[in-house]
Amino acid sequence: MSQSYDRGLIEDFGRWTEFSAGMWAWVFHKFTGWVLIGYLFAHIAVLSSALSGPAVYTQTIGGLESILLVRILEVGLLAVAVFHTLNGIRLLLVDLGIGLESQDKSFYASLIVTAVIVVASVPNFLGGAF
Amino acid sequence: MAEQYSSFQSGTTLWFLQRVTAAVLVVTLMFHFFWLHFVNHAAEITFQGTAYRMDQLGYLVTILLFLFTAAFHGVNGVYNALINQGLTGTPKQVLKWVLVVGGVVLVIQGIRVAATMAGGPV
Repeated sequence: MSQSYDRGLIEDFGRWTEFSAGMWAWVFHKFTGWVLIGYLFAHIAVLSSALSGPAVYTQTIGGLESILLVRILEVGLLAVAVFHTLNGIRLLLVDLGIGLESQDKSFYASLIVTAVIVVASVPNFLGGAF
Repeated sequence: MAEQYSSFQSGTTLWFLQRVTAAVLVVTLMFHFFWLHFVNHAAEITFQGTAYRMDQLGYLVTILLFLFTAAFHGVNGVYNALINQGLTGTPKQVLKWVLVVGGVVLVIQGIRVAATMAGGPV
């Protein structure tokens, strides 16, 4: 049987100083979700250059990848995608009844693993950009 | 049994599909990142290389599965987020249909792009 908790109004971001780990996880999951769906639309728009011909596609991708800011934003996208994935796995496990008691620790673990993966990936993403 | 917590109504078809697509996306999103940023580098992407990958049935099916699940999960996620903000009545209905149309357009355009890359009809 499911049970609801009176967590107060998390949508009232003015209460952010009172947020617990689980509430921050909720906020971060929503934020990263918004970024990812926005990126998905932008990604398909960029890839649509293929409809204008192979040369246009190759030039579009190459042109974007030659911009340092784009490379840096890709690192940010990786951070967003990895956190959303790890926290999503955490949510799936909680929905299956696994790990609710340690949900705050698994949130911190998601943050740490995300940071490690992103930092380790920086050379790969920024290689040749300078 | 552990107490359940969910930010939106559990037990519905959309709730279930949001989790099924999440499980699929864990695999397809990480595969996409790994394959196009670590094995192949984004800066070296060319149409020829893309067409070669998309010409392989397993890769094409994986990418299309990624497109379908990401579109559903993203659009349904936005819907749930705005419902959580307290959207009801006519604004909720308008939002629903805007998101449905947006999601369908996204998927159709994605299929057109994939078909072009795979050398099929546009």
